[in-house]
Amino acid sequence: MAETEILSSPGARLVDVVRRFFEGDVFYSFRRSPVVIVAFAVTVIFFLGAFLAPWLAPHNTFDAATLNLLDAFKPPAWKADGDRSFPIGTDDQGRDVLSTIMYGMRVSLLVGFCSVALALAIGVTLGLLSGYIGGALDALIMRVADVQLSFPAILVALLIDGLARSFLPRSMHEELAIYVLVLAIGASNWVQFARTMRGSVMVEKGREYVQAARVIGIHPAMIMVRHVLPNVTGPVLVIATLALAVAILTEATLSFLGVGVPPTQPSLGTLIRIGNNFLFSGEWWMTIFPGAALVLLVLAVNLLGDWLRDALNPKLR
Amino acid sequence: MLAFIVRRLLQSIAVLLAVGFIAFSMFQFAGDPVNNMVGQDANAETRALLRERLGLDQPFPIQFVRFIGNMLQGEFGVSYRLGMKVEQILVQRVPATLELVLIAALLALSVGVPLGVYTGLHRHGALSRVMLTVSLIGISLPTFLIGILLILVFAVWLGWLPSFGRGKVVALGWWTTGLTSWDGFRALILPAVTLSLFQMTLILRLVRSEMLEVLRTDYIKFARARGLTSRSINFGHALKNTMVPVITITGLQIGALIAFAIITETVFQWPGMGLLFLQAIQFVDIPVMSTYLVLVSLMFVIINLTVDLLYYAVDPRLRIERSAVGAH
Repeated sequence: MAETEILSSPGARLVDVVRRFFEGDVFYSFRRSPVVIVAFAVTVIFFLGAFLAPWLAPHNTFDAATLNLLDAFKPPAWKADGDRSFPIGTDDQGRDVLSTIMYGMRVSLLVGFCSVALALAIGVTLGLLSGYIGGALDALIMRVADVQLSFPAILVALLIDGLARSFLPRSMHEELAIYVLVLAIGASNWVQFARTMRGSVMVEKGREYVQAARVIGIHPAMIMVRHVLPNVTGPVLVIATLALAVAILTEATLSFLGVGVPPTQPSLGTLIRIGNNFLFSGEWWMTIFPGAALVLLVLAVNLLGDWLRDALNPKLR
Repeated sequence: MLAFIVRRLLQSIAVLLAVGFIAFSMFQFAGDPVNNMVGQDANAETRALLRERLGLDQPFPIQFVRFIGNMLQGEFGVSYRLGMKVEQILVQRVPATLELVLIAALLALSVGVPLGVYTGLHRHGALSRVMLTVSLIGISLPTFLIGILLILVFAVWLGWLPSFGRGKVVALGWWTTGLTSWDGFRALILPAVTLSLFQMTLILRLVRSEMLEVLRTDYIKFARARGLTSRSINFGHALKNTMVPVITITGLQIGALIAFAIITETVFQWPGMGLLFLQAIQFVDIPVMSTYLVLVSLMFVIINLTVDLLYYAVDPRLRIERSAVGAH
């Protein structure tokens, strides 16, 4: 009696969950692979650097008062005419490249997370409906998914971006650019969520607990959300990790192409685009450092996603 | 078989009609074209006359049918940005893109397949490991960064190759080609390498895994037992059987090449369809956007249809599976 009381207190339950995690298979496989530990460390450092940019960044790149055009085009600090206070150089407006990368990654991650959340919402809803209800609705949703999958995601995202631009009045483009971008990337990546979801839902649908719920007359919508959904989230969350890497890359590509975030809120892709203009005058650091940050971030998230997929897959254990 | 073809054809037509509808509705949101064409002081009568001449007084479905009819006849309207007929612009731009895509596809195949075979045969070799690691990096690098890095190394630092444009092109009728002159060929190298790198790694990995799978099968063991030379086993028996999926994927990837050409063309300022489309998005040039949308969808639908039908024709197992499923 006393024991159950202790266990059911929230604090003790949390301790129990944490203890089980550290003793579990997932943490064991994490500890055993150095590549994954490095990838995890890189991801954490980048996330912290991005989200804490206003406090951690050496310079505030949005504060025009601190910018000095005389500081423009400073090479990295280890070069002969480099400046200590700008460790990896400055850009054409005298902004510290390190700080712009930290602020830029913030925008990249924000768009990445939001668009994955959107793709998740669309994909999970459609997959749940498709798998649980079946029939003509299932056929329709899966046909649409097939068609969309036969086009590369980047093209779909570009098309949605272009469509949104032609539907919206020109004066609102700048202001709504981030929302349009999230919509474009999110809507171009829902298919795999829907497919995975549909597969797992179709398996769960035949289970006893669902049949029991149906027998006692629970509303189908309730069964889907309260009973089926909690049991099928695992695989979808793994895909979400990999989708985050894709979303970050897509965002960078669209911003590089000049149809992504507005220049007033530069993301990593925008920084690379700006740096690209100065490639021929020898200011390579304006392109290479944001590019390297992007590649490292995507690589780390991808490696984590791959590892998570294998670690959670009971067939591979 | 016939039912399958008919169903796929109907599906393709439905997709194209849906795309056509999207392309058409883009015009509906872009404001009144009559206002753009006449001056401020035009009276209501002139406007009504022009409206009638343009067919804008007709109901929505009839306008849509006309729109599709015009597209089928190769009339795509006038570009807002360039003030030229879209079909004329396309004639100038299509050769550049197709040339780039074709060379990139050939490059990806001619490098990817041999490397895939090598890494499949010598799976534990040091060289194979190096190649697989490099290919992993190749997959993680976004296309535009590859392009920028190549420009930085080969155009800026070494100064060996040009970094933008098509160089000197020669006209063959309406088709312009850069392949016949050294200058045009040099301009093609960096964009083609950039575009093909991702596909190359994809083909390498595909051929490798297919080879590993085929080499384990009984008929390969049997061929070894018969005492055939390993060269004839590897290339005559094994490689031949890996080609079906490779051909399928390469076919489907041509669509991806056309899409990624947008990025490559932007990096290298290559005057093709992708760059045209991107500029159309930036300037909200709706006739160009809708034409690109329809044309690219048409290409994708044709590619997918062809690959599906080819697959069906090449692999008899699929036919059996399909009819077994149908019998349920």
